Amino acid sequence: MTKLPYLPETASQTAGPYVHIGLAPGAAGFDIYDHELGHDIAGPNAEGEHIRVEGCVLDGTGSPIKDVLIEVWQANSKGVYAHPESNGAVEDGFRGWGRVIPDFDTGIWGFDTVKPGATPGRNGTTQAPHITLWLVARGINLGLTTRLYFDDEAEANAADPVLNLIEWERRRETLIARRDGDVYRFDINIQGEDETVFFDI
Amino acid sequence: MTKPGEYYPRDMSIHPPALAPDYKTSVTRSPQFARISLEQTISDITGPTFGHGDIAPGDHDLLSNYAKTGDPIGERIIVHGRVLDENARPVPNTLVEVWQANAGGRYRHKKDSYLAPIDPNFGGCGRTLTDEDGYYVFRTVKPGAYPWRNHLNNWRPAHIHFSVFGSAFCQRLITQLYFEGDPLIPLCPIVQSIPDAGAVDRLTAKLDLNATIPLDSIAYRFDIVLRGRRSTLFENRLEGN
Repeated sequence: MTKLPYLPETASQTAGPYVHIGLAPGAAGFDIYDHELGHDIAGPNAEGEHIRVEGCVLDGTGSPIKDVLIEVWQANSKGVYAHPESNGAVEDGFRGWGRVIPDFDTGIWGFDTVKPGATPGRNGTTQAPHITLWLVARGINLGLTTRLYFDDEAEANAADPVLNLIEWERRRETLIARRDGDVYRFDINIQGEDETVFFDI
Repeated sequence: MTKPGEYYPRDMSIHPPALAPDYKTSVTRSPQFARISLEQTISDITGPTFGHGDIAPGDHDLLSNYAKTGDPIGERIIVHGRVLDENARPVPNTLVEVWQANAGGRYRHKKDSYLAPIDPNFGGCGRTLTDEDGYYVFRTVKPGAYPWRNHLNNWRPAHIHFSVFGSAFCQRLITQLYFEGDPLIPLCPIVQSIPDAGAVDRLTAKLDLNATIPLDSIAYRFDIVLRGRRSTLFENRLEGN
């Protein structure tokens, strides 16, 4: 049999309990870099509604996962990603990417950003505003990808092609952040009842 | 005319399953439902980009980037290789981040209470950007094995954690490098969570005598492969039309 010349992807491994040393050394207890990456998602010039997102990641027993690291990827308020393949330009300093870790005692994490705009979906559809989240931690063997949608975008959510792909309607609710005052609350359940939907993208 | 299209679906048979019960922490941290597979959109085929303004030139040298009073203690090594995609094309200008324990297996982390001492001259993290050929290099000390509370007598093989971005968020990968010949590799529940022996072998950096610096540092070679991308003759419909 002729072997095709593809290389196999490198296998994933857990980020382990000390992921902060590499990706958030300040949280590990030491300063080493001139600046840590991922602290500022939208930048000072970002247009649109400035929002705060807070949440907790819970394991299968309902206990907070305090050693999780979350990465955030989102478009700007006009639905443009800071990437050459996205149509349009982003504001100077808008990165759309960030890194978030919880408080080691409470497990609560949060980040400040702007609410993303709608982005193009496949085949002429439109995706409701959403933020892609990627979670790694001890005990997680391959990073978990999910999406955060907003509860005050009900109309757009109802038409969102990805949410509608989830045939279990009740599970769609696990991807909707709830507005509470100035904060969107988004808890992620890794396992069990109300398990958050995770994607293979 | 061809356009870059979607990324190849991930071959899940080479990745560890979410639930690997011998790695005990995975038992409560693994989803019970299957992941929902998506056709990619602009959200997935884009990802953050980094430049030389983001990092400092010495960030890749763990022998010096936290040195206070002298050099760190341990076996001086060079870890180098290329970041490629499944089509064997180099992934240029991508951020590679590493973190590791010191030569005694102790991490500089406030949560690590292992009795092996901290090295005052070793931080244990580094980062770099690949060059136009996808090449990267770090200088460091070889990390020591360390015990962990899984089964009572589990020891992690010497390893360096790697984080790589690629060009799209769907390529995002965190993994671990192991060292050729380490007898702890086949005993480790985290390593053995990988179902494919070839995939484990590819996580094992090979001694690279040609890249050693005589009388200075031993070298290990570690190539990383990220998901590849289709070229398509058809209209790229990811964004509609």
